[in-house]
Amino acid sequence: MTPGSYIPTEYLPILIMMVIAAVLGMVIVTVGTLVRLRRPYPDKLMPYESGIPPVGEPRQRFRVSYYIVAMMFVIFDVEAIFLYPWAVIFDELGLFGLVEMMLFIFLLAIGYIYAWKKKAFEF
Amino acid sequence: MNPSPYNFTWPFSPPDNIVLVIAIILGKILVMVAAAMLHVAYCTWFERKIIGHMQVRIGPNRVGPFGLLQPIADGIKLFFKEDVIPRPGVGSTKFRIVFKVAPLLVLFATLSSLAVVPVFEAFYIANINIGLLYILALSAVSTYGIIMAGWASDSKYAFLGSLRSSAQLISYEVAMGLSLVGVMMLAGSLNFIDIVKAQQTSWHGMYLIPQFLGYFVFMVSALAETNRAPFDLPEAESELVAGYFVEYSGMRFALFFLGEYIAMIVMSCVAVLCFWGGWGLPPVLYKVVPALNDLPQSVKTFVEAVVFLCKVYSHLFLYYWIRATLPRYRYDQLMRIGWTVLIPLALVNIVITALVKYFF
Repeated sequence: MTPGSYIPTEYLPILIMMVIAAVLGMVIVTVGTLVRLRRPYPDKLMPYESGIPPVGEPRQRFRVSYYIVAMMFVIFDVEAIFLYPWAVIFDELGLFGLVEMMLFIFLLAIGYIYAWKKKAFEF
Repeated sequence: MNPSPYNFTWPFSPPDNIVLVIAIILGKILVMVAAAMLHVAYCTWFERKIIGHMQVRIGPNRVGPFGLLQPIADGIKLFFKEDVIPRPGVGSTKFRIVFKVAPLLVLFATLSSLAVVPVFEAFYIANINIGLLYILALSAVSTYGIIMAGWASDSKYAFLGSLRSSAQLISYEVAMGLSLVGVMMLAGSLNFIDIVKAQQTSWHGMYLIPQFLGYFVFMVSALAETNRAPFDLPEAESELVAGYFVEYSGMRFALFFLGEYIAMIVMSCVAVLCFWGGWGLPPVLYKVVPALNDLPQSVKTFVEAVVFLCKVYSHLFLYYWIRATLPRYRYDQLMRIGWTVLIPLALVNIVITALVKYFF
């Protein structure tokens, strides 16, 4: 097999599954429109806020801690992705891999403690 | 990894039996999707019965014997319900399509993650070498559906619910990803069949024993990932009415529900495959009853499938048991548990597993 000649055909069923999964939802909703009632009136179509007419725009400004969580997620998820290939070939890497990864986790632990001290995890 | 039956290389020369190959794939998908739908229907029945009995009630018992037709009746009812789409409020007409697509996206993500779950050694839709990564990736996609639902609903409850839910999902996704690293290290693979085989050849037969810390982290984050009690804050009915799907009704609501239950089944399957030894019986059993080794292949496959299903249902029972036992957490407690308890525990688990595996 020459480089670049590989076609990942074991992914073909996944592609078909994804297409079916996407179509299935649409089919369920579309078939439903044929049989169900549709009697809208203004009060029914109002967004539900405990029976009180909604005041103001629903999409308001929200707390900054959600953004911090998103940032922490990016950092730690990338870390997890780095750990996967290392974990799979752990045996082949030997001592070198072990020391390198312990160093990596140690550095991340320092960043983690810093974020904790800076109250990034307080809601 | 097992050789794939439909492997071919460049220059592109499809095998002669390409139609047959695709027909087989379609057949497997049909079986899988139909089975998933039926399991979802009866999971709701199972859950209501179990929680009913735990709370000294009877649970559904009117429709059919033991209430067995209840899920069918529920499905038909939802099918005929009106699909109310909230009136576009101030400047939000453009979000209508987002509102309609959101439940489809959730169902898409959870249903396509079923593609890599092997039910027993010979039945799977796709056998890829990154099965575990694929499931984690798709569980992140359903977060988009939740954000879209809350954003497009035009309701403050839905908006808050979707913000909370997405923050919760991404936090626990990190913990879940890290908790599985120990399993990958021991099995040396991300392929489910390899992981199960690695467990069968070891003395313990299941990674639950060497990876109990990883399993604990996985279990807690699986509860949070599928929005189950005690982490069902997104749908906290006492404060947010129903969280991100307040505005959904009828079949679109049912799609969210379907997605949530399929996600729960997939998470149970992952837990069983990675920690409970998959379709394998405990190795001790093979030593005590040597006749088990020379069963004919068909009987063996049947036993594998039954064992796998029993394990998955035991795991689902664990979910319901936890739901019936524990009260709901407060939102700040939930986030604190995820970030300051589970992630350090998962990292400690990785370090311990690496050191033990290298030095022993």
